[in-house]
Amino acid sequence: MRSSPDKGGPLLEVCGLDAFYGDFQALYQVDLTIQEGQTVAVIGANGAGKTTLLRTLCGLLAAPAESIRFAGIPVGGEPAYRIVARGLAMVPEGRKLFPSLSVEENLLAGAYNRRPGPWNLDAVYRLFPILLERRRQPATQLSGGQQQMVAIGRALMSNPRLLLCDEISLGLAPIVVREIYQLLPEIRAHGTSFLIVEQDIRQALSAADWVVCLQEGRVSLQGKPTELTHEQIVYAYFGV
Amino acid sequence: MNPMRRKTHTPAASDRATTAASAGFAVVRATPLHKVGAIFGLAVLGLALSLPWWGERAGIRLTTEFLCVVALAQMWNLLAGYCGLASMGQQAFVGIGAYALVVLGLQMGVPVFWVVPLAGLAALVIAIPTALIAFRLRGAYFAIGTWVLAEVYRLVVTNLPQMSGGSGLSIAPLLRDIDPDDRLAWTLWIAVALCMASLLGTYTILRSKWGLAMTAVRDSEVASESLGISVTQVKWAVYLGAAAMTAMVGALIFTTKLRISPDAAFSMDWTALMFFSVVIGGIGTLEGPILGALVFFALREWLSDWGSQYLIILGVLTIAVILWAPGGLWGLIARRWDVQFFPVRRRVETAATGT
Amino acid sequence: MAEWLNTLIQGLLLGGLYALFATGLSLSFGIMRMVNVAHGDLIVLAGFGAVSAMAPALAGAGAASWLGWLRLLPVIVAMALLTYGLQRFVLNRTLGRDILSPLLVTFGLSIILQNAMLEVFSADVRRLDSGALAVSRWQLGAGISIGFLPLLTALCAVGVIVALQWVFRATTLGRAFRAVSDDPQTAQLMGMNHGRLYAMAMGIAGAVTALAGILLIMRSAVAPTDGPARLLYAFEAVIIGGLGSLWGTLAGGVLLGVAQAIGAALDPGWGVLAGHLMFLAVLMLRPNGLFPKTRDQ
Repeated sequence: MRSSPDKGGPLLEVCGLDAFYGDFQALYQVDLTIQEGQTVAVIGANGAGKTTLLRTLCGLLAAPAESIRFAGIPVGGEPAYRIVARGLAMVPEGRKLFPSLSVEENLLAGAYNRRPGPWNLDAVYRLFPILLERRRQPATQLSGGQQQMVAIGRALMSNPRLLLCDEISLGLAPIVVREIYQLLPEIRAHGTSFLIVEQDIRQALSAADWVVCLQEGRVSLQGKPTELTHEQIVYAYFGV
Repeated sequence: MNPMRRKTHTPAASDRATTAASAGFAVVRATPLHKVGAIFGLAVLGLALSLPWWGERAGIRLTTEFLCVVALAQMWNLLAGYCGLASMGQQAFVGIGAYALVVLGLQMGVPVFWVVPLAGLAALVIAIPTALIAFRLRGAYFAIGTWVLAEVYRLVVTNLPQMSGGSGLSIAPLLRDIDPDDRLAWTLWIAVALCMASLLGTYTILRSKWGLAMTAVRDSEVASESLGISVTQVKWAVYLGAAAMTAMVGALIFTTKLRISPDAAFSMDWTALMFFSVVIGGIGTLEGPILGALVFFALREWLSDWGSQYLIILGVLTIAVILWAPGGLWGLIARRWDVQFFPVRRRVETAATGT
Repeated sequence: MAEWLNTLIQGLLLGGLYALFATGLSLSFGIMRMVNVAHGDLIVLAGFGAVSAMAPALAGAGAASWLGWLRLLPVIVAMALLTYGLQRFVLNRTLGRDILSPLLVTFGLSIILQNAMLEVFSADVRRLDSGALAVSRWQLGAGISIGFLPLLTALCAVGVIVALQWVFRATTLGRAFRAVSDDPQTAQLMGMNHGRLYAMAMGIAGAVTALAGILLIMRSAVAPTDGPARLLYAFEAVIIGGLGSLWGTLAGGVLLGVAQAIGAALDPGWGVLAGHLMFLAVLMLRPNGLFPKTRDQ
């Protein structure tokens, strides 16, 4: 599949990625490229392989070493705890905050293996002021939207070059989703690139400068959101 | 009672045959190799039964012991390997079997070999409150919980002087009227019966809907619940059945011992024995415990001069098996040659290959 | 009256020892959801190690000097390294596979340890002679007295728990322990090497277990096969107190100790049984223990 114009080495390069859950193949020859500073959205129906893709990228699922290159280095199959140190962080589906930890402790957990960079507790609280008020509360006691902020803040604490966001709109009210997406440009301004997996197609298309559509484990469409027609997307999404 | 609450639609046998034939494959259970195995098994059975007429005493005793160990191992395998109930308290039922000899035999005068089935009944009764308490726990906590319960039974018996006689009671009075050779023969035959029962019982269960239910339970309790399989019923049935068989074997074993003491009857060694045999042989298979029991006996004979060192070696071997060959010795054999002595699994046979 | 008070005090202090037994187990339950069946045997191993380490210092007539007691430090360090290595190289391979494997491996280990100790030390009981320490008592008047060693043990238990609570609440490592115990997968996403963390947790548990073993063998004679009984007491203390809470473990240990002391006062043979029965009662009435904190996924 065509990659976007070269701006020096790509930040993330996925080539011919196959992913398996035991005997079941979930991804077939997926190609994907993210340049530094880009926001790429991955859309697709349930079961299309979006979460599988993210799990493979962040090391929770096995993959051949060469099929994933981060900043030029093959990282496929590396254990997840090592990939974070390279500058790749994930906001997992369903937030997955640590119930035994407070808001602030969750954020600090994200800094366990941090890289140098602009993100620290103060910076995160500036981005999400509501969290400063609630920083001592058990993280899972917060509302859905606030938990999502904690999850994003926690991922930012490691100062990633690439942030993987798995369905951050899931289970949240539209207003809250918009609020969160409005903050993405500010995060981007600090030098973070994004790979966003979304069910909310409208939000994905408006936030991204490149869109990849998955269908049953295969890339069915790629392109700039502005250059893709509605019919193309529907066809790529559903296959009908 | 059928643990599967919902009725499933199964096509008529003739439908299945035609669709299968047209698709080019058939689902079978037994291969021709199994027939050979069956004949082999029957031959072994015949040999075992006839032992009292041509074998010497030591050999008969060893065979009896071996058959008992296999029966015990099968029960532990049923619990842990097929139901995920890793009980570390089966020694409770061995002890109950042993003390059934004391209570029913010595004190109530029941003829010695009739105590065996009665011990099974006694175990069934005692297993009910035991399970009620033990099933409050899951997984590893269940394991230790059953151990605590076994300890409770041991301590209760120890503290009842009429049962424990302090440091143990002799059961010689029970065996006084029986000719020693007759006793040896009957002990052997009952051991064969129990061993056969444990094997055939497990085999029948696994081939039935219950067996499917149990594999489902083992693989995923949550999923099987959602399919309408009553996990609780399966667990209860298996736990009670294993308790009864274990007690019967326990009672039989202790007819061959001179003394019954609480420490020996409720000893953790019984569970260790079951654990070694099943894990080394191959957990979750019918053939595994037999193989494992063989290994246990072989090691015990070879290393008999080294004292308890054979236990250390068994321990190391077991850990090695768990880490590197989780299917046990039988698992290695089965994978290498794709065989199965007891036809429990269904295989897909294609018309082309015939395999 | 004084007799019952003495029994109660004895039970409370015995509970301190049980809490110390249980703390190591509580750590591995809490962080790794793993039951170490060899836990009791490790306690005994540490005790025997202590006896061997102290033998030269106690060889002469009279009690050992203060410096002599420092010989116990290597025992604690050695046990910590042993358990660290055990988790890192053996037990980590079994986690995540199924619940049965760690249980079976540690059961095998338990048998290995017991028989190895039988081979090396024979079946005799051993005791670490702490001289005056072992028998001194404080007389509080009205016929009530407190043994010095039991009091020391109970204080150690409290001290260890306070220290561990501090580690959990206030350090990065403690935070990592809590995170990995909540959700090992997501913890990995934070860069936490869960295998290394489990090993460290076991190392700490090993050190606490060593301390427990040393205090045990100073107070009673121990045989190589006494491990399993200790495991059961530790397990009961953890379950009674509730999973995931170290203070709960302390409470559980104390309750167990008191139950056993009262049982033994009624009839010497019923002591341990009383403890078991109390455990079963708690299990039936409050299966999650008295002060549970962990949410089991």
